[in-house]
Amino acid sequence: MLIRMSRTVTCAALLMLVLMPARPASAQEINLYTTREPGLMKPLMDGFTKTTGIKVNSIFVKDGLTERVAAEGAQSPADVLMTVDIGNLIDLVEKGLAQPVQSPVLEQAVPANLRGQDNQWFTLSTRARVLYAAKDLKLTSFTYEDLADPKWKGRICIRSGQHPYNTAMVAAFLAKHGEAQTEAWLRGIKANLARKATGGDRDVARDIIGGICDIGIGNSYYVGLMRSGSGGADQKKWGDGIDVVLPTFAGGGTLVNISGAAIARHAPNRAAAQRFLEYLVSDDGQKIYAEMNYEHPVKAGAPIHPIMAALGQLKVDPLPLTEVARLRAAASKLVDKVGFDQ
Amino acid sequence: MVAGLVLAPLAALGVTALNGSEDLWQHLLAYVLPVAVRDTLVLLTGVGLMTAAMGTSLAWLVTAYDFPGRKVLTWALLLPLAVPTYIIAYAYLDILHPVGVVQTTVRALVGVDNPRDFRLPDIRSMVGCIALLGFVLYPYVYLATRAMFLMQSANLLDAARTLGHGRRTVFFRVALPLARPALAVGVSLTLMETLNDIGASEFLGVRTLSVTIYTTWATRADLPGAAQIALAMLAVVMSLVIFERYARRQRSYANDAQHPRPLRPERLRAVPAAAALAAASLPIVIGFVVPALYLAHAAWTRVQADGLSPAIVVEARNTLTVALAGTLLTMVAALVVVYAARLHRSRWSTGITQVASLGYAVPGIVLAIGLLPVITGVNIVLLTSGVAIVIAYVIRFLAIGAGGIESGFSRVPLSVDDAARTLGDSPARRLWRIHLPLTRPALAMSSLLVFVDCMKELPATLMLRPVGFETLATHLYGDAVRGTYEDAAIAALLIVVAGLIPVLLLARAAETSIQR
Repeated sequence: MLIRMSRTVTCAALLMLVLMPARPASAQEINLYTTREPGLMKPLMDGFTKTTGIKVNSIFVKDGLTERVAAEGAQSPADVLMTVDIGNLIDLVEKGLAQPVQSPVLEQAVPANLRGQDNQWFTLSTRARVLYAAKDLKLTSFTYEDLADPKWKGRICIRSGQHPYNTAMVAAFLAKHGEAQTEAWLRGIKANLARKATGGDRDVARDIIGGICDIGIGNSYYVGLMRSGSGGADQKKWGDGIDVVLPTFAGGGTLVNISGAAIARHAPNRAAAQRFLEYLVSDDGQKIYAEMNYEHPVKAGAPIHPIMAALGQLKVDPLPLTEVARLRAAASKLVDKVGFDQ
Repeated sequence: MVAGLVLAPLAALGVTALNGSEDLWQHLLAYVLPVAVRDTLVLLTGVGLMTAAMGTSLAWLVTAYDFPGRKVLTWALLLPLAVPTYIIAYAYLDILHPVGVVQTTVRALVGVDNPRDFRLPDIRSMVGCIALLGFVLYPYVYLATRAMFLMQSANLLDAARTLGHGRRTVFFRVALPLARPALAVGVSLTLMETLNDIGASEFLGVRTLSVTIYTTWATRADLPGAAQIALAMLAVVMSLVIFERYARRQRSYANDAQHPRPLRPERLRAVPAAAALAAASLPIVIGFVVPALYLAHAAWTRVQADGLSPAIVVEARNTLTVALAGTLLTMVAALVVVYAARLHRSRWSTGITQVASLGYAVPGIVLAIGLLPVITGVNIVLLTSGVAIVIAYVIRFLAIGAGGIESGFSRVPLSVDDAARTLGDSPARRLWRIHLPLTRPALAMSSLLVFVDCMKELPATLMLRPVGFETLATHLYGDAVRGTYEDAAIAALLIVVAGLIPVLLLARAAETSIQR
């Protein structure tokens, strides 16, 4: 009886294998593994297909992209790997899941400090970590160091300290000020929080107009998403209800993070994958990044969206992003140590 | 074989854990675990007490008493099951936020303009988290205990009544103790759901152990460390489960009456009837009606603006396909495991049952990571075909199926098996002729739970699906991460609606098969 049942299970499993055959990728297709939300990628994928006739199949894996590609090994159908955080991207390269790309187009479009030394990864767009503030404060300048100032006690909202966007900020602070000062800074911010460190960047804007807090940290493109109304009428109210300041490190610039991509080590469609990356940094591709996603294009001279331009001139902090990626784990531990999220 | 299926990813996690992670535990013990363990325990205790009290009393209310609306309530009380925890958390944060509907109205009523001058407490707190999880998870307890109350012979209860006890005493002295296996199953399901919930807890700012695991892995790229915490957590869960079994060892909950007769509900007079109706409606309103209306409103706004995307039809079909396949295989596997344990009646086979149920205690994302190397090791086609998702569902939800079947089997006396065996029936024939018909309600109800859970499942589906394969849950997540919640509302509403149909159908089927 039991054997028969196990057999039923096996048969059913085999039947499913037959019913759902694997889709072999032909030369005219590429497979994109991305930690970037499908809605944001769709215009870029469609644009690429329109230009080249190459179809893009995609899978959105929020966390665990590295583990999935690693487990698939040499048989992996992945051609392009895309992430929204420098740490995750460098992680892919360090685990040997990417490969160098020789492309004059990419090298020309992406500045040397925004790609890997051996061209194993490329930045496609950048985004700044900015300050959202209540309008009545009329703030015009701000430093990341100010966040720990006791005058903001009970007035700050921020998402989880363990979110990659925040650990990148802490890692940058760590690189500039060292461990002791970073810990003190984190304790200062923790003491200033108006609510638990949780939710998303847009919740910061909503909580500011809801009177829960006065200032908070969020990514720049959310401002564009909210203010343009593409996130709905409610979000437009949140975006219009706050001021946005481009903060700097004391004596430095504004912290930016990147979205970027690499070609998978075992990419079955390597040439097409390279064409896809080249399309993403082309004028057309960069325009979509700016207009649909409200990000800063990586290519010099590519126009940025008017809503983003209105935030003021972005002065990017000179700290190399590889430093931020390197100190990510140490930053995360410090965040735990001060009980930031508790 | 089934136990092996569950153990494979756990073993893979074990291997990963052995790869070491320097000073992780020192760091965790010093800074993270004290609070994470405390918060997890508070959350589990709160949700456990809340669901046990709500689920059992509601089940008794609609089983032992009759009042207008009772018939509808018996199935409507299941509705909150269709609402995933991450959806209810988001819906209530929006509704109860200072700029949301409720507080805006309240401010208008008391005549305050600025939210800074008057605010209600934030839902993003431990209390908020316990309450929201309680209101969507209580049906696990309700379902299990109601099935038990219905199957309890009225004879036993009548015997107690002839001894001069009132309904209340009968409930506490007879019905409740007899329903203990069902209560244990129901509560342990809610506890495990709570334990491996990441979405709602993280969203509401409660840093549980699961969130800690997630952080260690996702932010610090420390997979071995995450595997170690996951295994440690699993050990705790396992000891709890074993403790509960130990506590009710040697007891028989079988019903020896020859013609079990269901309890006839007692009619309530006007005022108590109205009170009963109100009490039993409240959880439905909070756990289902409000979030469903919220989603419907958001989805409607979206459809008016942009129309309906054709992709969503494909996604709905994908969701149903994997959820159905997952349910079918889970139930077959659960039946094999439970029946094998019954046939052998040995410690070894009950051990296997417990091992097979472990998958439920593992957070979905951890299970997926453990499963990845195992699956690609067998054949990568499993991953590219979508079979991997189904395997993950079986491992993850086996506990629900096995728990339900087991508590159903527990009321069939072993003497019945022995009698049939003396008459020369084979094990397969006994299963087909005796156990399945007798436990049909329990089977139906646990299939329903498994199906709804498969449909709501997110982390493992996200990680193990083929390229280009989207389900409603993955679509919802993609939109929610991006923050276009109104897009997400359509998918969320469809999950709720698709979860409703089986809830209604099976609740009906279960009722009629019991009452016949």
